[in-house]
This record gives sequence, C-alpha cells and structure tokens, in this order.
Amino acid sequence: MLKLFKFLKPYSAMITGALVLLFLQTLGDLYLPTLMSDIINNGVMQGDTGKILHIGGFMLLVAGGGALCSIIASYLSSRSAVGLGTILRSKVFGIVESYSLHEFDKLGTATLITRTTNDINQVQMVAVMILRMMVSAPMMAIGGIVMALQEDKELTWVLAVAIPVLAGVIAVIASRMIPLFRLVQVKIDKINLVLREKLTGIRVIRAFDTVELEMKRFDEANVDLTDNYIKVNRIMAFMMPSIMLVMNFTSLAVLWFGGIRISNGNMDLGALAAFTQYAMQIMFSMLMLSLMFIMVPRAQAAAVRINEVLDTVPEITDPNKTVDTFTEKGNLQFKDVTFSYHGAEEPALRDITFSARPGKVTAIIGSTGSGKSTLINLIPRFYDVDSGSVLIDGVDVREMSQETLRAKIGFVPQKAQLFSGTISENIRFGNEQVSDEEIRRAAEIAQASEFIANFEGGFEHQITQGGTNVSGGQKQRLSIARALARKPEVYIFDDSFSALDFKTDARLRAALKKEITAATIIIVAQRVGTVMDADNIIVLDKGQISGMGTHKELLATNEVYREIVASQLSEEEIA
Amino acid sequence: MSEENRPPKPAPRPGGGGFGGGFGAPVQKAKNFKVSLRRLLRYLSPHKINLLLVVLFAIASTIFTIAAPKVASQAMNKLQDGYMAKMMLRQMSAAQTKAVQQINLQMKQMPTPGVGISQPVSADPETLKAMQEFMQLPMLSTVTDPNQKADIVQKMMDLSKKMPGNAQAGEENVKLTQDQINGVIRAIRETNGQYDFHYIERIVLILMGMYIISALFSLIMGLVMSGVAQKTVRDMRRQVDQKLNQLPLKYFDKHSHGDILSRVTNDIDTIATTLQQSLTQVITSLITIIGYIIMMFTISSILTLIVVVTLPLYIISTATITKKSQKYFALQQKELGQLSGHVEEMYTGHKIVKVFGREKDSIEKFEAINGRLNTAGWKAQFISGIMFPLMNFISNLGYVGISIVGGIWITRNLLGLGDILAFIQYSRSFTMPIAQTANIANIIQSTVACAERVFEILDEEEEVPDKSDAQVIEFAKGRVSFENVDFRYEEDEPLIESMNLQVEPGHTVAIVGPTGAGKTTLVNLLMRFYEINEGAIKIDEVDIRDIKRSELRQMFGMVLQDTWLFNGTIKDNIAYGKQGATMDEIVQAAKAAHADHFIRTLPEGYNTVLNEEGTNISQGQKQLLTIARAILADPIILILDEATSSVDTRTEVLIQKAMANLMKDRTNFVIAHRLSTIRDSELILVMNKGRIIEMGNHKELLTKGGFYADLYNSQFAEQNSEEEVG
Repeated sequence: MLKLFKFLKPYSAMITGALVLLFLQTLGDLYLPTLMSDIINNGVMQGDTGKILHIGGFMLLVAGGGALCSIIASYLSSRSAVGLGTILRSKVFGIVESYSLHEFDKLGTATLITRTTNDINQVQMVAVMILRMMVSAPMMAIGGIVMALQEDKELTWVLAVAIPVLAGVIAVIASRMIPLFRLVQVKIDKINLVLREKLTGIRVIRAFDTVELEMKRFDEANVDLTDNYIKVNRIMAFMMPSIMLVMNFTSLAVLWFGGIRISNGNMDLGALAAFTQYAMQIMFSMLMLSLMFIMVPRAQAAAVRINEVLDTVPEITDPNKTVDTFTEKGNLQFKDVTFSYHGAEEPALRDITFSARPGKVTAIIGSTGSGKSTLINLIPRFYDVDSGSVLIDGVDVREMSQETLRAKIGFVPQKAQLFSGTISENIRFGNEQVSDEEIRRAAEIAQASEFIANFEGGFEHQITQGGTNVSGGQKQRLSIARALARKPEVYIFDDSFSALDFKTDARLRAALKKEITAATIIIVAQRVGTVMDADNIIVLDKGQISGMGTHKELLATNEVYREIVASQLSEEEIA
Repeated sequence: MSEENRPPKPAPRPGGGGFGGGFGAPVQKAKNFKVSLRRLLRYLSPHKINLLLVVLFAIASTIFTIAAPKVASQAMNKLQDGYMAKMMLRQMSAAQTKAVQQINLQMKQMPTPGVGISQPVSADPETLKAMQEFMQLPMLSTVTDPNQKADIVQKMMDLSKKMPGNAQAGEENVKLTQDQINGVIRAIRETNGQYDFHYIERIVLILMGMYIISALFSLIMGLVMSGVAQKTVRDMRRQVDQKLNQLPLKYFDKHSHGDILSRVTNDIDTIATTLQQSLTQVITSLITIIGYIIMMFTISSILTLIVVVTLPLYIISTATITKKSQKYFALQQKELGQLSGHVEEMYTGHKIVKVFGREKDSIEKFEAINGRLNTAGWKAQFISGIMFPLMNFISNLGYVGISIVGGIWITRNLLGLGDILAFIQYSRSFTMPIAQTANIANIIQSTVACAERVFEILDEEEEVPDKSDAQVIEFAKGRVSFENVDFRYEEDEPLIESMNLQVEPGHTVAIVGPTGAGKTTLVNLLMRFYEINEGAIKIDEVDIRDIKRSELRQMFGMVLQDTWLFNGTIKDNIAYGKQGATMDEIVQAAKAAHADHFIRTLPEGYNTVLNEEGTNISQGQKQLLTIARAILADPIILILDEATSSVDTRTEVLIQKAMANLMKDRTNFVIAHRLSTIRDSELILVMNKGRIIEMGNHKELLTKGGFYADLYNSQFAEQNSEEEVG
C-alpha cells in the first residue's frame, strides 16, 4: 500500500496543502470548545453580555474558517486521491501492454483486468478516505489530548483509561468479525458459482430433469450464506451499543471526577464543559482510526496485486541496437529451436529446423499438445527461444525491434478476436493506411463480403464488444480479412478455419492461394483436408518434427501422419 | 458497516452500503416506485412481530439516549449551583469581614457618636441606618443554616447598594446580574455552599442505568434485525431460484447470464443492506430528531428555534450537493464502464494488439478515457466531500448561536449552565440523523429500483404448466413424429413451416447444414424447451405437450458440444444422469464412454473435483464425461452433437467409439459432422438459414442434386478422394 503512495509524488504539493488545511480546520474545531469555555468563564459567569457576543462572533469566524479550510482540503485531496488512481491505472495499463504472452500466461487475463480496474478503484477509494478523514482523525486525537491536558491535567487520566478500553472493545469485536466477513465472501462466491453453473447448464439441467437437485444445491448455498450473514450481523449488533456505552461512561466519569475537582477548587466549570467535549472528540477520532484498521487491510490485498503487476518486468524487450534493413523478403527459418515454458519439465519444442519461402504454403499438423501453436507463437516473438534461433529475412527475431518484426507478419489466431467498432475499423486494425477498396477486397478474399452485405450498414456495421453479434465463422473470416489488409510478408493461420464449414473453408483456401503469391504462408490445422495441398507439411509430435514433405510423401513415409489421416478418415475407410 | 446515528461523528458517509454507497452515489430510479415499494414491504410481513419489536426497542433505546443529556444537565446544574454558591459565600464572607472592620474603625475615630460625624462617612441617615443594619448581621462564617446564610447574603447585597463605595460588599468581586444574584441566593438556600455530591451521585447512577438499558435495547434491536433482513432476502433468493426453474429457455436466450446473476446477487444484496442498516437508521433517526426537538423545547423554546432555523439549511445543502454530485458520479460510472470495456478488450485481445503492433493506439485510447475518468472522479469526490464540512459548518452556526444566546440567557438566570451544555449536545448530535434522513430517500430509491429488477424476473411469463392429466409413457419405444409443425422464435420470422417427419425407433436422424443454420432449433423443440406454434410433436403417438416435462426429458439424453459439467467430483458429474446411481454403474458408464482409463490416471480418480473453470481436464476428456453421463442416464432418444473441434486426434478416436456405443439401440438425432454418420443414418435433414430445406436419405438427396449434393461435393469430395488414396 505504502509502496503505491509513491505515485502520489506529482500531487505532493496538493497533499501538503490538504494536510495543512486539515490541520487548520482541526485546530479550529478544537478551538471552539475553548472559546465556549471562555464564554462561560468570562462572559456568562461575569454576566458580561458584550463579551459573550464578542467571543461568539469570533467563534463564528473560526467555524467559517474551518469550513472553508476543509472544503479546499476536500478539493485538494479529491484531486490527489483520484489522481493516484489515474496514475496507477495508466502505469498498470502501460506495463501490461508491454507484457509478452509469457507474463499474460503467468498472471492470467481475468485477474489482470480486475487488477487494472477494480483493484485500483479500491485503492483510490481508500486513498480518498484516508486523505479525507483518516488524516484528520489522528490530528484531532492528538490535538484533543493536548487541549484536554491544558484544561486539566488530572482529569486526563480518565481518558488514559477510556481510550484503551475503547480500543480493546473495537479490537475484540473486529477480530471476531473480520474472519466471518471473509467467510461470507466465500459463501457469496459459492452462491454465485452455483447460480452461474445453473445458467450455463440450463439445457443440461432441464434435459436431465435435475431441477430439484439444482434447487437443493442453490438452497443449501442460500441458507449457508444467510446463516453466516446473520452471524456477522449479530456480532456487528454488539459494535455500536458497546462503543456508545464506553463513550457515555467516559463522559460520566469526566462529570464525576470533574465535579470532585471543582469542589476542591482545582478546576472551574468552563474547563469541565470544554473537557467533556474534547473527550468526545478524542473518542470519535479513535473510532475513525479503528475504521482505518478495517479498511486498509481490504485495500492492502488490492495493493499487493497491483504491485505484483508493476513489479513484473516484461521478459521480451527490444535490443539496444536493432536491425532494420533486410536483404530478403518473407524468408522464415527455424534453426535448431528448442523452447520450454516456464516451470515445465520437458521442452515444448525440441530441435526444430525448417524454412518457409515466399509463395509457398507450409502447413503444420499434429495432435493437441504437439506444440503447433507454440511453434508459431515463436515467429512474432511472443516468446523467446531457449536455444537455436528464429530468423526472418535472415535476421534473428531478437535482433530487430518488435515493431519491425510484427509489421512483417499477418497473424490469424485460433480464437478470432474482434474489437468493438465497425467492421471496416476492425479490418483496418491490421493496417491503418488501407483504402476502402482494399478493405472490400480483403473481405472478399476472406469470404466475408456476402455476410457483411447482409448486415445493416454493411462495412459500417457495429461489432459489439467481444464480437458477440457475429458468429464464430464470421469472426474467423473477419480476422482473416484483417490479416490480409495488412499485406504482410508472412501469413500465419493458427487453426483459423476450424469454425468454417468445409465448403467455405475450401473456397477460402482457394482464394488465398490465388491471391497470395508473394508472401509466405504458414497454416496450422487439425483437419487433414485443410493441409493436404500445402507445399510442405510439417508433422509435429510431442514437440519434435516427426516428418516433413508433401501429403503423398508423408503418407508413404510418416507413421504419425498416417495415424492422423486414419483417425479422421477411418470411418469412411470402413464404409 | 453499521453506523450509529446519535453521536456527531465525523463520518461523511452515513448511509448504508458501506464505503461504496452513501452520499452522492448515483441513485437509480425506480420505474414504478409506489407499487414496487409496497411489494417489497410485503416481503417483510412474515416478520411483522419482529419488526414491531425492532421499532419498540428502537424507540425505547432512543428515548433513553435522548433523555440522558437532559438528566446529565441536572448534575451539571447542581455542580454550577454549588460552585456559584460557594464562590458567592466565600466572597461575601470576605467582604463582610472587611466591611465590618472598616466600619468599626470609622466608629472608633468618632469622639461623640451622633455629633459631628466627619468625612468620609457622610451623615446621610439612610446610609447610617444601612451601616448599622449591616453591622448587626451575623458573620457569615459563623452561621450554618443555609436559609440564614441566604438571607444574610440577600441583605448584604441590598444594603451594599446604599452604602458608600469602599464599604460596598461584593459588587467589586462579584459582577453578576440581578437575575444571577437571585439564582445564587436560591442556590445558597439549596446547597448551603456545599457541593451536593449525594445528588450528583444519584444522577450519575441513574445515567449509568439509562446508558446500559439503552445499549441493551439497541443491541436487542440489532440482533432482531439481523435475522429479519437476511431471512427476507433469503426467501427472495429462493423465490427467484424457483422462478428461474420455471422460465422458458426463451428467457435465457434474451437475457445475459451476467444480467441475471447481478440481479440475484448484487441487487438482492443491496436490498439486504438497506433492510439491515437503513431501516433501523430511518426509525432511530426519525425518533431521534423528534425526541431531540422535544427535549430542546423543554429546555428552551427560543434556543430550539435557532436549531430549527438551521434545518432547512441542512436539507437545502444536502439536496443541492447530492444533485450535483449525482451528475458526476453517473459520469464517473459511465467512464469507468468504458475504461473497463477497453481494458477487457485489449487484455483479451492482447495477442492481436501485439502482433498488429497497436499498443500505442491502445494506450492512447486508454489515456483519453482515463483522463475523462479522472475529471469526473475528482469532481464527484470533491462535491460529495463538501457535504460534511458544510453540514459541520451549519452545525457550528447553530452551536455558536446557542453559545451566544445561551450565554446571555444564563446571565439572566433563565437557564442553567447544564441546560446549555445539554442543549449544545442535542444540537450537535442533530447533524447525523438529519443527514441520514436526507440521504435515506436516495437509498430507498435505489433499493426499490433493485427490488424492481428482481421483481421483473419474478413477473416473467413461466413455461406452460404441465397438464394435470399428463400421461406417462411406460416402456417408451422412441418413435418420434412431427406433424405439420410450425415454429418461429420471433413473431414475424417463420422458421419451420408445416414440417412432417417420421422417425422409427432405433433410427438415426442426421442434421446437416452450414454453421448457424439453426440445427439446435430442432433439439429445442424436441425437448420442449420452446413451444411450437402449430401442429404437434409426438413420441410414441403421444403429443409431447401431454407428457409431464420431467417425464419427457427423462426420455432424452444429450451430448452437446458445450460440455457442461459442474464444480464437483467426476463421480457426481457422471451420476448427474441418474440419481442414486451406484458406484458400479458409474464405472460401467465411464468404461463404455472410454473415460475410465483417463479418470483413473487422475490423482484422485473418480473423486477428482473439477475446478471452477474445468481446466484440470482437457476439452476432449470433458466430452467423454458427458458421454458417460448420457450412457448412465440410458435415454430412449439421444441428441448428439458430433462437433469435436479442438480435440486431439487420439481423444477424437475415443470419442467416436464412445459415441458409437452410446447410439446403439436408441433413436438418435445427430448434429452430424462426419460423413460416415450422415451416410449411415436413416434420415438426413438438411438445414440452412434456420429452415429445413431438404429431407431424405443419402442416396435420395444426392440424386436430387440440391443443396445437400452441393454441400456434400464441396465438403466431402476431398475426403472421398482421400479414401481412394488412403
């Protein structure tokens, strides 16, 4: 938490200002009872109406000044606390954007999203709270104690007893409540889980007629949550009455012992009145402080998670000296590449060597887990190899800037990912310079023109976030069009035809073949049909190349390939 | 966080909802406030007695707290009396001694009494008389009777006015108004210049008792209320859950899971918080305000007027600030939504952003939103942050007013010091309940809006209920027929029109067509997830609308592409298909589904708990489990989706074998992807754009040369040539 506060630096002047103002405001608040005591002693007791009015007017000034101070302080602290959130968001987003896939794998997309949004909000919220009231609470407490001491030293002993008692009461209740709070959170998660499962599996539940069973599951979670909530609330019910009791008893003690001191002539009435109010102020600021102990741990968890993001250094960075002149165009080469994921015992890829040339189609096939996607992820340098090298146009990908490297690549991922915006914006994502005509052309090759034309607004049709308003096959075709618009040297299709029916798949591949004559094409696929007519097929098995060649060659020589073909066509062979 | 209402606690967020809610947070408007509120209140009716208890205890507890400062003021007043009387007596006594000495001295200097009285004592007979009287007064220090003391003081005060300057007693030391002098004399009569600690002690004891009783009452109130609120929302959740079970699938198609989830969790949670905290708050706040006003009136009506004058100030300032801050909170919410949306998109599409080198644009867009969020955010915080200082200032205005007027009142002896202190305590404590009541309107608004969203679910149209005379088909054979079936999802978009279909027991129907052709529509109709518009679907010659839904669905088994498994053990997931299945049956089913082997390789075997995302087993393995589940359920009619994308080839083989096992001796509806399945099935339904466009067996359709032939040639031609090669 404290570590994050260093980002408040640009606001240090504002915060100092806020602190000073809050201090002034606290002084004002503390001064009021003294003034009132003056009214009593110098005005009331002497029957001096003029004095009363005079001091009263002064009190008004102090109150107004205090209000002004705290309003300006509120302005400054709002600016700073919200500013902290803004800076944190910007830092976190910036660093996450520079992450390689490795960091994404490590942390996970979902948590990165929560960390950038919710967690930072939480920290910002607490920063607002701290700047707004937590700061003035200790000031108030200390100031109150000083003032109380000034009014009467002996009576301060009452506070010396009362404050620890109050702290004790709060500590005891909070220590029982906090674990229960956590438990409640777990139960809420549970009820959410049951409900979410129920919603996603509604067809299965109804098909298997297990409505009753599901209702029981939900009810169990429901009752469990309710019981826990009631437990928490029961404990919470003790909180306020006991705190009030301690406070009230404190004021009684002040009255009683103050009375004794007055009777002995050690104190006057005004002092007693002022002291009573100081005592209350001190106790309330203690209460505020205790709030801090409840809130800060909450934000602490969020802060730890944010720090984790900020401390994660992206593994892949540009070299100091980058190569940006190339003699070749579209040549891709793997030289003895071995790669393993972090923490994995076995390398995911071992001794991969092959090359792909412009105008040729290189296909990669293999079962799940054979390393196909891993292999192509090395081309745009999503990961760095352990040994060996990946060369594009004769240059190691680690020697050029990521920007230069990726400008050469048109990548179509397995899971088509579109962004909110119009269709043409999405296609243009690949290359901002393309003309409308080129976009149309790319869509045509990707077999997307037909369905785009059917959309309301055509190319200006809005795609919702996550592309929920287009089907899987449409998404794939649009993401292919996006890569086409980029006009790269190397195309990478990572199982990008899986959501298409065979007919569209075939048409698309034919169009691609006709269109892309100068670029290198890498296709990863599961279907034999998709890879059959490639110029070169690489068969991957357990991270190693088990064979390379054309369809016919492989059928003749490669056992793994034959097995794959057999598994997909076995039924037909039987028939 | 339960926040108390009485003390002037400097918490800027007195409302319910913890730290997120409170002042100025955006208020959601209910569409039909009155109706929904009344309906919400109805949920509380089972807890009427408890609520009554809560109100009673709230009143009782609040009355004690209200009364306490007033009682405490008695002690303070007593203390003041004692103090004043003692001070007065001491000073008067000293003055008396001094004056007597002076007069005696003067007397001695006079040679002949009565003749030629010299200066400075003037020969004014009245003065003389006064002096004589003064001399005759007994010394205060020797008198013990309080009344006598009071009389002496009174006399001294009266006489001193008539006496010459330096002999004046008291005046120079005690600057008091006549009212105060009267008060002090009364005090002397009552206290004899002593502190009446017996009296104070009694009051302190009474107060202790009051505080304890009040705390107890408020504790009981809290305890009772904790049950009421939670049980109310528990019932509400239960009701929603029950409702969800009765809603047609159409409802779930139209509403996102996130939306439904948020209604059941967030909205209901808000209701709980409001019931738990705000309800008691309203009760206590209102009682407190009324009580305080009454108590203040009993002390002084003029002072009360000062406080009452500040009331509109509170209300106006709260209202204006809330209105202003609402605007910015809403704006902040909007920007936050945009920011989250952007973050979500960029993070999930990270790979794409990277590979297309769009990090800069992404950051630029982020910064733009972040900047707007910052502005909206600090404005919202600032304006809502003004609330407390402003309230405090208004409270201080009242405070100062009371101090001034009260001070003057004391000098006229209209009020005791204790009264003023009590009054100040009342008026300062006023801020909280006022602020709370001002805010409560917003909280109730939001809560009713939340309740409304929950009610919306409860008011949705349910599935057509089962007929009372619903039939049970014993030993069903699995003959399925569609008779002139018309169906449409949307009123004006007919999908299936007068469809006729006959499927004999044990036959397989292959449904083929391009992606998005609406192949699942048929499934939905068969299982009666949707109601057909016209015609009839019959199983063994019985209209499915005449069969109890639960009976109907038990006849079906389903293996869909979307492998739904729940967060439980593998055993429980397989047993899902048949309640009360024995372990043996489960293992048998798993074996038939070729799942037994992989299950046994898992560390916990059949007791392995599938984690929430189901990431501890692969997609293909999940599919095997769903097949095992269907095998165990042993349905008469099977609905199967063959699509097995993203499954490795070896698992694929297993899945095919398992499916073949499953399909034996059943009527099957298969969303077919495999040529063999299609060719071997008795009937092929070709679908496109949601409609069945062709129907027949493989040969018939090929010779027909329509859509199917076209599809077949483009899709399977390669595979055919494959066969020749392979």
